[in-house]
Amino acid sequence: MSGAHAHALYYHEHSPVHRAPAACKLAAHLAFVLIVVATPREAVWAFGAYAVLLVLVGSLARLPLGFALPRLAVELPFVAFALILPFIASGERIEVGGLALSRDGLWGAWNILAKGTLGVGASVIVAATTTLPELVHGLERLRLPRVFTQMAAFMVRYLDVIADELRRMRLARTARAYDPRWLWQARAIAASAGALFIRSFERGERVWLAMVSRGYEGSMPAVGPGAIEARWWVASLAVPGAAGVVCVLAWIGLR
Amino acid sequence: MHIPDGFINAPVSIAAGAASLGALAASARRVSEELAERAAPLAGLVAAFVFAAQMLNFPVAAGTSGHLLGGVLAAVLVGPWTGAICIALVLFVQALVFADGGLSALGLNVVNMAVIGALGGYVVFRALRGALPRTRSGVVVASGVAAGISVVLAAIGFWVEYALGGTVGVDLGTVFGAMVGVHLLIGIGEGVITALTVGAVMSVRPDLVHGARDLVPSAAPARSGAPSGG
Repeated sequence: MSGAHAHALYYHEHSPVHRAPAACKLAAHLAFVLIVVATPREAVWAFGAYAVLLVLVGSLARLPLGFALPRLAVELPFVAFALILPFIASGERIEVGGLALSRDGLWGAWNILAKGTLGVGASVIVAATTTLPELVHGLERLRLPRVFTQMAAFMVRYLDVIADELRRMRLARTARAYDPRWLWQARAIAASAGALFIRSFERGERVWLAMVSRGYEGSMPAVGPGAIEARWWVASLAVPGAAGVVCVLAWIGLR
Repeated sequence: MHIPDGFINAPVSIAAGAASLGALAASARRVSEELAERAAPLAGLVAAFVFAAQMLNFPVAAGTSGHLLGGVLAAVLVGPWTGAICIALVLFVQALVFADGGLSALGLNVVNMAVIGALGGYVVFRALRGALPRTRSGVVVASGVAAGISVVLAAIGFWVEYALGGTVGVDLGTVFGAMVGVHLLIGIGEGVITALTVGAVMSVRPDLVHGARDLVPSAAPARSGAPSGG
């Protein structure tokens, strides 16, 4: 892990979006996706407007267009579900290119693809512009229980250490010509998982002892920048604000 | 494979979000009571373990592979409350850092995998342990079967959410059959790997297995040393 605690999706840049406090970005992210989900699927133009908003924020963050595309793969199983929907959904059928497809199913597929893709886009922008410590700090700012955010802090701090341990175990198995193809050959993998658990747990105990010996009494001192300036909140919440206007217009337009 | 934004409508997503926050707050309280000031480092490291364990691919058949979900595994190893918190932490990080699972659907995913998968799976585990002999193999078998059942329970949880807030008129019976059928297969793999993993930990550090604490006299000195393996 580099000094900046970068992660797989982090994109190093200097931009207002990168500088914005994580709490503001997380709040804006949550509000934005909730608004997108609450938008009626028939208002196709509204989803275009949301996409334009995301592209604007993405270009403000100087993210290359296409940065988000590989990440869309995470929603593939649901894309598959969306693609079969027009064939299996009930209700009125319409003719599309010689196939009798369910009108309801087509709308449902559009709904899942549009909202899911916008959601991944928003997630990618926030993840690309926020480091792990900033994220944990932001969750704390948003009043998640402190026990929870402190566990999250330890988790993200040791994620790469544990994942590297797992990688070394896999290398060791492979070096001993272990190449299982069937479930009943999986014992060595389970043994690795067991060993990994014991090592993780014992590391946790060692970390705790090391902290106690340095005066730890059950909670970490609050660190990070002080109060968030109001302009950051205004700027961040302008994005879901604009999306909210679009959503209201979309509902009115349907009447 | 986590629910993305827009798959389930907003009211059901928000209700699940509220329910999951309540469950997390209750679990967090229990964890801080059980682990005291060790809570943050220990639970954090176990959550990192669950995250890594989910990257562990195991073979299924003819070279295809699946990966562990780990709900019952975590609950049996470190207790149901810590286990549920760890799964929830993994889901938070996956949604916020890896764009895996929508942020508006995070509550749904936490309900399915942390509340139903880990807490519910642990209830099944306790019930099975009551029915099986009080031996080490009893613990191993109970954890494996509970892990398999928990995967199917989580799939049924998804189905209930879909029935309440799904966005399209597919016959609910079709969705139920497909979800339960697929997850029965996934559950077999999950059960086998969970049982083998619990067995591996039991053979080295039985004192660390929360679900088998009644078998280990607490005064017995813990055997030291981690197993070899790389």
